[in-house]
Amino acid sequence: MATVAVEVVYRGVFQKSLAKEICRGIVFAARKEGRIGTAFGRYGDSPERNGIPAKQYAVVADGEEELEASLSQYEPAEVDVTIALDDTLCKGVESWAWYGLQPVNKLVKENGTLIVTSVQSPEDLVRSIHRNGVPYNLAILRGQPSFSGLWVYRDDHTDVRVLGALSKSCPQLFSLASVEETVKEQWRSDLKVASARRAYERLMTRLVEPGEGNPEEAYSYHLLPWQEMREGVVVPAVPKGNGFRGGDKGFEPARNPHFKKFATRSMRPVVNFDTCAKCSLCWLHCPDGCFDITPEGLYDANINACCGCGICEEVCPVKGAITMVNEALFTENGSQYELWKAQGKEGYQTWVGEKVTAQKGFGQWSHGYHHKGQYETELALASKEAQ
Amino acid sequence: MTTLPALGGIQVERDELISGSEAIARACVLADVDVITAYPIRPYDTVMQYVARLIANGELDCEFIVADSEHSQFEMVKHASAVGARVFVGSSGVGWFYAFEAITVTAGLRLPVVAMVGNRALDDPGAFGVEHNDALAVRDLGWLLTWVDTAQEALDTALIAWRVAEDPRVFLPCAISADGAFLTHSQQIVKVPGKKLVQQFIPPYNRGNLVLHPDNPITIAPQVNEDWLMEIRKQTDEAMRRAKGVLAEAYQEFGDIFGRRRDPFIEEYETDDAELVLVGMGTLAMPVKVAVRKLREQGQKVGFIRVKWFRPFPTQELQQSLSRFKAVGVVDRDFSMGSPSYGGVLFNEIRSALYPLPQRPAVVGFIAGLGGREIRVPDVSNMIDMTRKTVEEGRTDQQTHWIGVRE
Repeated sequence: MATVAVEVVYRGVFQKSLAKEICRGIVFAARKEGRIGTAFGRYGDSPERNGIPAKQYAVVADGEEELEASLSQYEPAEVDVTIALDDTLCKGVESWAWYGLQPVNKLVKENGTLIVTSVQSPEDLVRSIHRNGVPYNLAILRGQPSFSGLWVYRDDHTDVRVLGALSKSCPQLFSLASVEETVKEQWRSDLKVASARRAYERLMTRLVEPGEGNPEEAYSYHLLPWQEMREGVVVPAVPKGNGFRGGDKGFEPARNPHFKKFATRSMRPVVNFDTCAKCSLCWLHCPDGCFDITPEGLYDANINACCGCGICEEVCPVKGAITMVNEALFTENGSQYELWKAQGKEGYQTWVGEKVTAQKGFGQWSHGYHHKGQYETELALASKEAQ
Repeated sequence: MTTLPALGGIQVERDELISGSEAIARACVLADVDVITAYPIRPYDTVMQYVARLIANGELDCEFIVADSEHSQFEMVKHASAVGARVFVGSSGVGWFYAFEAITVTAGLRLPVVAMVGNRALDDPGAFGVEHNDALAVRDLGWLLTWVDTAQEALDTALIAWRVAEDPRVFLPCAISADGAFLTHSQQIVKVPGKKLVQQFIPPYNRGNLVLHPDNPITIAPQVNEDWLMEIRKQTDEAMRRAKGVLAEAYQEFGDIFGRRRDPFIEEYETDDAELVLVGMGTLAMPVKVAVRKLREQGQKVGFIRVKWFRPFPTQELQQSLSRFKAVGVVDRDFSMGSPSYGGVLFNEIRSALYPLPQRPAVVGFIAGLGGREIRVPDVSNMIDMTRKTVEEGRTDQQTHWIGVRE
């Protein structure tokens, strides 16, 4: 088998431990079959901000010499399996400014596998994943996110379920028996062993043909040679903004053209312009200055600049005027204000209603970790829903 | 009572009896420096005392900030330089080291900060005397680095430093090293030029589109990953290469304007017919020159070469010069523990510069004068003898000799 490489794409910083546990599990399980491995994080992703896409890797080889070819690297040139620990990452990975948008399946080799933790249908996922030049398998590990819309905690068993799924998708890596043995040793839980096995049994896989998927070209940047870069480690800053959409009223801040933030968020705000009180709190609190002020004093979340933190929803004093909605429910990044203008009150309210209702299917969402005991409360709620 | 015109405003050259430190403070007046920051440490503190006096006398108009530490001191001038201010700063020994984070980024950001290093032994033990290790620590970072040996040269070199550092082809910081005590605290007659001539020599500092100003919205030093940093290092490398030519230009024009012509990079003394030379930096030139004269009276064909600019290193100049001799003794007022041949920093740089030559002289290393210990004429004679003996005996072991150490 020579070497097998596995990529884990996750949302920093909440899923960092989860990604690390999975990569360590891969190395331990491979050891059961007499192979050696290495696990590493993509160094450049650090420091990881709230929700930023980040990567970890595990590479397994038959011997030291084969493994050496995979050491001293940030990421392998291609991988046998990519695991996306959040299904909204299917829209792509923007790990840092200037990197552009990497398709989530960019490194997956021909007939390799993309494993996604999700409650969505394969068709919905394929629609948001960029087209790949080669056929690959899409495997879905079904399960509700356990915390704030993400698969995070050990208690949702995502760690061992991914390992079980790997033994199914990538039998050349290790067998289910090796995974079971590893989980027993490392996690010391029969329940987790059962979860790994069940994931193996229930994994849904579908072949994705080269012509299938999002036809858009993922945006990228040209890296300049040293002669063309400004000296003194100087880059042009974002200038101050102008009136709304080039007009003389309202305000639209200028934004960094090199960092779009399409894929840094897992949710986006849906603004109900008919109930907005124009209090400006969302605009004041937004850490990314994503709100454009319209000529009538409304606040339009510019989706190119929104990182999906949800602070606007939390500070908004009008119930339902801003609702955070899962990114999977959107296929484009246009202005909601333009939509409101075009569709009129009735049409727009229908659109908002659809999004807010559909969001309920994605389970509990909160703005991160707020108070002691929150996790226990959410866990109890989740297990009640599961029954 | 008539008021004497302030010295800073004088338009004609005049002679003054001043120390190396005072000469550099005087250069601050002539160059019309905008921001000076200070934190006391001997022997650099003499410069800040003179600067304070010049301000009190109304001769110098600048922002003078006594910082809470060397780190803050160097950070302040770094930022002032970014907004387009001409700046001056300085320190000594471990004070210089305490500022090292700021010193490193100053070069990385291509900010033309001019600093004076009053060379002092690094602690511990606490010692006030000269050693070159403090200033040498910036040799790999992108700082221009020079050693001066008289108060006159200190003043002249400071003027050249602002001109070259602030040249848009360069934009690198510059450290002027002055031997503690022997130069910082020794007064000599110095020709102080008129301010108008100096203005002719140093154009205003114009940072162009790199200046930090609301009308020029830029971000300086954002976080980058591995795919940008190497290009940034290459830019600094190219600036250092260009600095060589810009320095040569500046010395040429300095001679045209002020009448004092010197070779920019090395000074040769009694080398025309020499078979053997010593090489060194800073004030050790004085006892070496005396010894050379004495030995020449005895018929020995010996000479001396003083290295003036350490960065950019005068590689071609030293290759051309040193290949004429049979043997070269390099006198280091520094140490580099565990280095090749356990030699000093200058010794190993020179040996490395000579390596590509088909005809190489023998190179012998000496460590002398550490912690401010005097290098006396008999010490110099001794080094010349040892260098000659090494060649005559054809010894290739290249061990480094410690001179003047009690045994």
